[in-house]
Amino acid sequence: MNSTPSTPSARPNDYSAYPDAHGRFGDYGGQYVPETLMPLVHDLDAAYSAAKADEGFQAELASFLTHYVGRPSPLYFAERLTAHFGGAKVYLKREELNHTGSHKINNCMGQILLAMRMGKTRIIAETGAGQHGVATATVCARFGLPCVVYMGSVDVERQKPNVFRMNLLGAEVRPVTSGSETLKDAMNEALRDWVTNVHDTYYLIGSAAGMHPYPAMVRDFQAVIGREVREQVMAVEGRLPDALVACVGGGSNAIGLFHPFLNDAEVKLFGVEAAGQGVDTGRHAAAINGGRPGVLHGNMTYLLQDREGQIEEAHSISAGLDYPGIGPEHAWLHDVGRATYLSATDTESLDAFKLCAELEGILPAIESAHALARLPEITKDVGKGGIVVLNLSGRGDKDVATVAAHLGMQI
Amino acid sequence: MSKSRIDARFAALKAEGRAAFIPYVMAGDPDQATALGILKGLPAAGADLIEVGFPFSDPMAEGPPIQRAAQRAISKGMTLAKTLGTIAAFRETDQTTPIILMGYTNPLVTWGYEAFAHDAAEAGVDGLIVVDTPPEEAGVLAAALDAAGVSLIRLTTPTSDDARLKVIVRGTSGFVYYVSVAGVTGVKEADAETVAPHVERVRKASGLPVAVGFGIKTPERAAAIARVADAVVVGSALVDEVAVAVDMNEDVTARVLSKVEALAKAVRAARTGQTAV
Repeated sequence: MNSTPSTPSARPNDYSAYPDAHGRFGDYGGQYVPETLMPLVHDLDAAYSAAKADEGFQAELASFLTHYVGRPSPLYFAERLTAHFGGAKVYLKREELNHTGSHKINNCMGQILLAMRMGKTRIIAETGAGQHGVATATVCARFGLPCVVYMGSVDVERQKPNVFRMNLLGAEVRPVTSGSETLKDAMNEALRDWVTNVHDTYYLIGSAAGMHPYPAMVRDFQAVIGREVREQVMAVEGRLPDALVACVGGGSNAIGLFHPFLNDAEVKLFGVEAAGQGVDTGRHAAAINGGRPGVLHGNMTYLLQDREGQIEEAHSISAGLDYPGIGPEHAWLHDVGRATYLSATDTESLDAFKLCAELEGILPAIESAHALARLPEITKDVGKGGIVVLNLSGRGDKDVATVAAHLGMQI
Repeated sequence: MSKSRIDARFAALKAEGRAAFIPYVMAGDPDQATALGILKGLPAAGADLIEVGFPFSDPMAEGPPIQRAAQRAISKGMTLAKTLGTIAAFRETDQTTPIILMGYTNPLVTWGYEAFAHDAAEAGVDGLIVVDTPPEEAGVLAAALDAAGVSLIRLTTPTSDDARLKVIVRGTSGFVYYVSVAGVTGVKEADAETVAPHVERVRKASGLPVAVGFGIKTPERAAAIARVADAVVVGSALVDEVAVAVDMNEDVTARVLSKVEALAKAVRAARTGQTAV
């Protein structure tokens, strides 16, 4: 296992009370944006606070989550994975069964309702693997709003089926050729679009990252995952789990699972970063395990960067984790020692992908396979009689070409 | 001491009855030696103040010209330390032209705000513009710069209403930068008629000179803005000259300085009734 030491100081009494009034989780988060956008992020903050407190908004969202997204997603006892590892019981939270095939739709449904409430008429988004792009294109189609998705040209190439899906849903996919041509550059371009089209455009960010209020808002929309897990595990086991596990790129599926459990000290939280070819090789996407704090895309957080503070390219087999930063709440949970951030390499994740397919009949997204890859240690650590819940955040159909290529096969 | 360089320059221009011309150049573009040569030539070509960009890998408010300039500089090994070195070298021959550094937060976080403020002042920097540090996030940096005698230049934009303007100009010094278009650098064009009332509003709120930038490309446009603002900033159009000169294997310094001369001449003539070039 691979984890950096964390500072156990400054533990708060209530972990769930963050961010503070300045959009900060301890030292992390904030609103580092060009002045042109400041009035917009303030408006968004106010509009979201009002919507959050509005029972009508919450009821409308809940209704769409039930009837359109297909919630609640099952909590499934993975009997054969459990037997294979020989330790704690493994439950999979089946977010891959949501409409569009990942947890991303939870957040998109919340934000599209907010965008319409704010009177915005044009939606932009960034995407890495294409899962958030597809989810955004889906809700835009559902509500009849024009949608532009920025996607690094490298990702356009390696996630062609998702590009076609977005096109079928009526979205315009704009390939981004600047920088490393992946998720971070797509986010730069989306921000440039937003700063240019301030009057009508809503920027639908896909992860619990970026400037305040996005990290808190996206977390809130994804926290439905953790709330359901709480009820479901109580129903079948009569107690809280011993550990929660999720992959972390920006970290929205992980924070959505973790957040409702932050104040339950007995529940261990494990985030798994993408170690690419290995954290020691420098070719990875593990911001906490291989980066240091800095400012990018509107917030202070852990980043992959060189000695000069230039952002370094992330490397991962998973387009969805191929980002040089991490959401600010994760940076803080790491520093205060509430969550532990491990990592998994490309190879370990491919092995876990195959194992899950063969033992459970489920093709996990290559992102989620990173979390699966750390189950041997976590189930052993928790031990027999214990309960581990893993967020199976997306389905792996989109990844079959990537997996085949790495296995040296042609399909 | 260094604050006074900005104040002294604007006071002198006010006495002359004309606006300042402020060229923006990217440190280390196309390479460190050439960029220093350009910098040293700017005052004689008509620069009243100079903005020096320090490169960042992910400049989210820049259009393609300055993005590419930053990439050219980084690929030639340009760093923030070398940027300060370039400015110190410029100061050996010029002690009066104010230098404003412009860039993004992360390289400053890496350096450490207090150490950077001290080192920048020592190198001869007079002001700093940090595109992605709004007033809400500027507390520690502003205090460090203040202690070192470097002005933190604030940005106002078409989206800044009166309430926001008050927040932006609180405790500011030197001058205020008005971003004339909602957008990234070097794409949309600024219109003098639209800009004029905003400049007046910012001037009134801040009590400071107002420089206008983002979207000024030609001498004609520069002259029109010079009639309504206290300073005219041109950036993307100049870094584009670097790109063209490199592509065509021309003398980069000569090409950039000739463009600066044309722009400066237009700004100087703007309020005297002469036709701009």
